[in-house]
Amino acid sequence: MEITITSLSDVQHVLLTGDVDGKSAPEVLEAVLPLITPQAKLLLDLGGVAYMSSAGLRMLLSTFRQVGMQNAKLVLTGVAEEIRDTMSITGFLHHFTICDSVEAAQAALA
Amino acid sequence: MERIDTYPTHSFEGYKLRFGRPSPFGATVVPGGINFSIFSRNATYCVLVLFEKGAKKPFVEIPFRGMFEKVGTREPVWSDFRIGNVWTITVFDIDYESVEYAFRMDGPGGKAQRGAPAYHRFDPTTFLLDPYAKAIGGRDVWGKQPDWSEPYQHRGRIIYDDFDWESSTRPEIPMEDLVIYEMHVRGFTRDPSSGVRHPGTFSAIREKIPYLKSLGVNCVELMPIYEFDEFENSRLNEETGELLMNYWGYSTIGFFAPKAGFAATGKSGDGTMVADELKSLVKELHDNGIEVMLDVVFNHTAEGNEHGSTISFRGIDNSTYYILTPDGYYYNFSGTGNTLNCNNPIVRSMVLDALRYWAAEYHIDGFRFDLAAILGRDQWGAPMANPPLLEALAYDPILGKCKLIAEAWDAGGLYQVGSFPAYGRWAEWNGKYRDGMRKFLKGEPGTVGDIAQRVQGSPDLYLARGTTASINFITCHDGFTLMDLVSYDGKHNEANGENNNDGGNDNDSWNGGAEGPTDNPEIRALRRRQIKNAVTIMMASQGVPMILMGDEFGHSQSGNNNAYCHDTPLSWLDWAQAETNEDLVRFFSNRIAFRHEHPALRRREHPTNRDIVGSGYADISWHGTRAWNADWSPFSRTLAFLLCGKHAVRRGGSDDYIYVAMNTHWEDHEFELPGLPDSRQWRVSANTAMPSPEDCFDPGAEPLAANQSSFLVGARSVVVLVGR
Repeated sequence: MEITITSLSDVQHVLLTGDVDGKSAPEVLEAVLPLITPQAKLLLDLGGVAYMSSAGLRMLLSTFRQVGMQNAKLVLTGVAEEIRDTMSITGFLHHFTICDSVEAAQAALA
Repeated sequence: MERIDTYPTHSFEGYKLRFGRPSPFGATVVPGGINFSIFSRNATYCVLVLFEKGAKKPFVEIPFRGMFEKVGTREPVWSDFRIGNVWTITVFDIDYESVEYAFRMDGPGGKAQRGAPAYHRFDPTTFLLDPYAKAIGGRDVWGKQPDWSEPYQHRGRIIYDDFDWESSTRPEIPMEDLVIYEMHVRGFTRDPSSGVRHPGTFSAIREKIPYLKSLGVNCVELMPIYEFDEFENSRLNEETGELLMNYWGYSTIGFFAPKAGFAATGKSGDGTMVADELKSLVKELHDNGIEVMLDVVFNHTAEGNEHGSTISFRGIDNSTYYILTPDGYYYNFSGTGNTLNCNNPIVRSMVLDALRYWAAEYHIDGFRFDLAAILGRDQWGAPMANPPLLEALAYDPILGKCKLIAEAWDAGGLYQVGSFPAYGRWAEWNGKYRDGMRKFLKGEPGTVGDIAQRVQGSPDLYLARGTTASINFITCHDGFTLMDLVSYDGKHNEANGENNNDGGNDNDSWNGGAEGPTDNPEIRALRRRQIKNAVTIMMASQGVPMILMGDEFGHSQSGNNNAYCHDTPLSWLDWAQAETNEDLVRFFSNRIAFRHEHPALRRREHPTNRDIVGSGYADISWHGTRAWNADWSPFSRTLAFLLCGKHAVRRGGSDDYIYVAMNTHWEDHEFELPGLPDSRQWRVSANTAMPSPEDCFDPGAEPLAANQSSFLVGARSVVVLVGR
């Protein structure tokens, strides 16, 4: 799992590359949690993620809950069609704002 | 503060361990690792076996007793990770998602030969599935040929039960208000005509919620969804070449695991995801006011008799889990080879644990128990007066609001319809409602007296228990569909490959003049009318109605009354029929709406046949072609009843008066109408003799009856009037 964090003005852009499963999900969460500060704007980019297990979905929901507690904002982008479908089937999808491009995601976070 | 028992104390071949926790049984994710706990009263030795997901060979086998190393000092130490009859160990640093687990056990008795009777069936070379496994792999995608060389076919998996239910609440619909829809998860949407994204799955049912709502049902009863093996006893039909499977699934492999092959996410091999998918379905059904009931099979397991295969229970503690003859043969009260020893205290606890788990973790609202009479047999097979399992379920705190429904008979000849031990909780599939109603509908003489009992919620059977003890149904998965009930005189089960010897012969069916499909317009019209008659009477009966999926659009199984083995369009619903038979769907949904509209139809107590509110009318009164004069004679085929609206409260006022006239004679009859009080007038709610759309009218929009003093009820027709 590769985790690349860059700042796009006030937005923290977290690009994940690799599968998010029981082994890598805790790593991702460990990298993401420090970024969730009050009013933070987080863009989680799954552009390099082909597969997400149930642990990966839980990582997303944990992030979402932390964001809610910190009054921060979270937008997802780069979500592969199959992952989006899995999120829908398993009841995770409706929590998230998903944008088709990084630009759209930045706009949504603005 | 961190707990100090979250650190390993022992190690084995590099794997860190500590003495586990005996409760709960099964594999549980705990801080730092997984806790394993399994019961066996007779095992003398037990090994935990861990596999990488899908691997044929384990990556480690950890004995529960033997030499280990102490963590830190690496000093050898002898340990026995067992308390009482429970083997338990916590293994650290394993990824719950990527492992599968099994046990191997040894015990007394020597290796039992296949086919030979035995009290114990220990075999230390067999990988055993945990009876408490929350997810089971091996049949992840429905119908995918298994690798039969795999020594461990049904593989225990570990899941996270942390689904986010948000603010979703259980509907807790009063029993008397339920309209149950019996459904096979796969058959409901497997046909491409369903138009869903993932046909035949839990998630597909979610897509059909708008349909269920428009139909008006408020409870779905899912045929078995516990993990089973669709390949159990699978075989090719020699004539057709069709692969016959265990499609219905009344053969449980694990009581805690959902059928992975029913999940769109099953292919992921991720048990938590499968659980999430099912929970997500339950959540959305609840959010739409629809309850979820499970058809559960606790009377036997998939392990069969002495010729069967050892999957789990047999190799763990044969004599605890099964009712055995003194010679070590399996008693067969279930008709399927073995009988689960339900009133053994261990097995009783397991059943209770399973139901609590489904109620608590999956938010299930109720359970229908397959061949439930077996649950009241003792450890030697004799029926008990006060069966502890049934009592425990009735009084259980976690199941306190769950509906409990018994199929109150078994294959061993115990028939308890009307006498199932109820403890004020248990309802029954009312087999006498089905049989009586079928006879009456086809015009058999001598049935009106029986029908009078059935439409009142069967007080002859359930007087002390109330109307909600009676689940009223005319069809269910077992037997003809409603369309076939009115299209076939006899069963046509040739496709099952058993020379038409399987399936019941007491169908009380009638084809209307030709066997099977016909172009004769009169017969076709008669069949539709009979279908409408059936649902009209059922929705106007006291008790809890249950519809078989597809009956609302005339689903046919070509006369097959035992379609348990067909994973084909024979069993699958053809959604195109929902359009071609739109008039039937409309009629069903109208009759369901009618039922929801009128509390007079949904009393908790049986009618008293007396006026107890001073309205001048009894709560129910009986009529015939002459008002106030029902014809109870043996050759009567006419009966009408009047429900007094003032005996029911609706929106703070009283309900309408409801008059139901049933004519199962082959001639028209003029029914004299009972007079109405105040300035009420008779309005037509339904008349099955009329073509659609004049066959039924929306509640509130019923037209006035042209003649307020009598009504012509057509041959083999039912009329419903409302007086307001």
